[in-house]
Amino acid sequence: MTLAADNLAFGYRGHPVGRGVTLAIAAGEVLALLGPNGGGKTTLLKTMLGLLPPQDGTVSLDGRPLAALTIPERARLVAYVPQSHQGTFAFTAFDLVLMGRTAHGGLFARPGTRDRAVAASMLERLGIAHLSDRPVTMISGGERQLVLVARALAQEPRFIVLDEPTASLDFGNQGKVMRQIRQLAADGLGVLFTTHDPNQALGHADRVALLRGGGVMAEGPVREVLTPERLAALYGAPVETVAEPGGRTAFLPG
Amino acid sequence: MQPLRFLGGGAVAASVLVLGLVVAFTVGRFPVSLADIVVALWSRATGVPSGLSPAVEAVVFQIRGPRVLAALACGAALAVAGAAFQGLFRNPLVSPDILGASSGAALGAVLAILLSFGIFGIQAAAFAGGLVAVAAVYAVGSTIRSGDPILTLVLTGVVLGSLLGAGVGLVKVLADPYNQLPAMTFWLLGSLSATSPADLVPLIAPVVLGALVLMALRWRMNALSLPEEEARALGLPTGLLRVVIIAAATLTTAASVAAAGIIGWVGLVVPHLARFLVGPDFGRLIPASAVLGGGYLLLIDTLARTLGPVEVPLGILTAVIGTPFFIWLLASSRGGWS
Repeated sequence: MTLAADNLAFGYRGHPVGRGVTLAIAAGEVLALLGPNGGGKTTLLKTMLGLLPPQDGTVSLDGRPLAALTIPERARLVAYVPQSHQGTFAFTAFDLVLMGRTAHGGLFARPGTRDRAVAASMLERLGIAHLSDRPVTMISGGERQLVLVARALAQEPRFIVLDEPTASLDFGNQGKVMRQIRQLAADGLGVLFTTHDPNQALGHADRVALLRGGGVMAEGPVREVLTPERLAALYGAPVETVAEPGGRTAFLPG
Repeated sequence: MQPLRFLGGGAVAASVLVLGLVVAFTVGRFPVSLADIVVALWSRATGVPSGLSPAVEAVVFQIRGPRVLAALACGAALAVAGAAFQGLFRNPLVSPDILGASSGAALGAVLAILLSFGIFGIQAAAFAGGLVAVAAVYAVGSTIRSGDPILTLVLTGVVLGSLLGAGVGLVKVLADPYNQLPAMTFWLLGSLSATSPADLVPLIAPVVLGALVLMALRWRMNALSLPEEEARALGLPTGLLRVVIIAAATLTTAASVAAAGIIGWVGLVVPHLARFLVGPDFGRLIPASAVLGGGYLLLIDTLARTLGPVEVPLGILTAVIGTPFFIWLLASSRGGWS
């Protein structure tokens, strides 16, 4: 299965953000979206999710336009992990994950045994079953991010889209969340995530797309696309490269 | 996942309701014993003569009975609507009249009093005023295209609400100060003292209808209380749900205002108490709010008719209890609304 944007123009009514974007994410693959602030990353994500209508071009799943699907149909195929959860009420982690089952039941349906089992197993899968009964307002940012990933998994989607999944996390939690993302692709999901850190793309993505000024500057396998020259052009700032003899590289802001 | 909390909390809500029922039936200027009430109800159910004095039967069935049912329906209606609106507007400080249901109903009622309508005319005008006001707020709010549809709707409600309030003020100025104005003032403060058996059907039918819709949708209210885009990404048709929930909550609110006038604070305070008892999960919160709201207003109404030689308007009592509660809520709400 493939989630694809074809010659996509995205933005808000009367306020175009970007255009001419062509991207594809296959099952089992991680695509990182890299770019400076204001480059249109979040708007592109929301359009890829079907939360914003394309201004032009299409977003499609195996050739079927996203716009032709109903809201629940879409939610059973593509799940969203927002940057941070700002809910009003102190739901327990379990209840929040259970909400991932919304698209699998009718409008009047009470979550059933299977829904509860799926929610519990997703908490288990991410290693946070011990948080089930804790209010999400009382756990750490990293734990909360994992709860949101568990909720997206409870949708049993084919694709998962994460908006800066590590933005507000400490060093250790960043690694934990990124490893989980890698694992999702190993389990057969297509993953699209945005990040500010080229090293995250380098370490955890298969392919990367560089987004600047609303257009794709370069797209392809991480090793080929991520060069110091391109990153310098992307961010408009010098970039230093640290290389290990073993072949591992990392970028530093110069 | 906290069955103990649920059982415990649900039991507390149910006991408040039972306590409210017992107190409301037995306490008053004409005390009736619990045993007499049981006998009266039993004889009404089975047709066997009760042997009670006609006065006791009149108190139970003609005076206190309708009033108890009305308090129950109004309390449950306001509490359920409040809980639904707090989730819908993602703000726990919202009350059921946020979209102008009360101010619209108030304008309808005072106009009807000014035009010397009968009691049913006043109730019908209040009911219609509430529905029209919310429809107007919704229509205006959804034509304004701005970033946050929820905030736009709430602010439109506040703005149109104050315009309707000005309308109420104007009608009061025009009213006859000896006959009409006292009726208006009393009505604007809320009271169940004039409840008769004939009032019950027009109150209870819309309340039950609206409450059933909210009960049916309560599992979806959890995801609906999340930020708009999260809710839609989870597969919720948010626009459709919002219209249905607003319509159902407005129906229960308008029916309550039409029957008892404006009783503030119940729809704000009770959902918080219920959340304290059963947690934020709407699957439990909606039924708990209904039960607790009924019991709460029964207790308040009993207090209102027994506190002094003259009945205290309900709106005054609920405000006296609600204001300090609200301040306490503001002061202690740092860590999310559990």
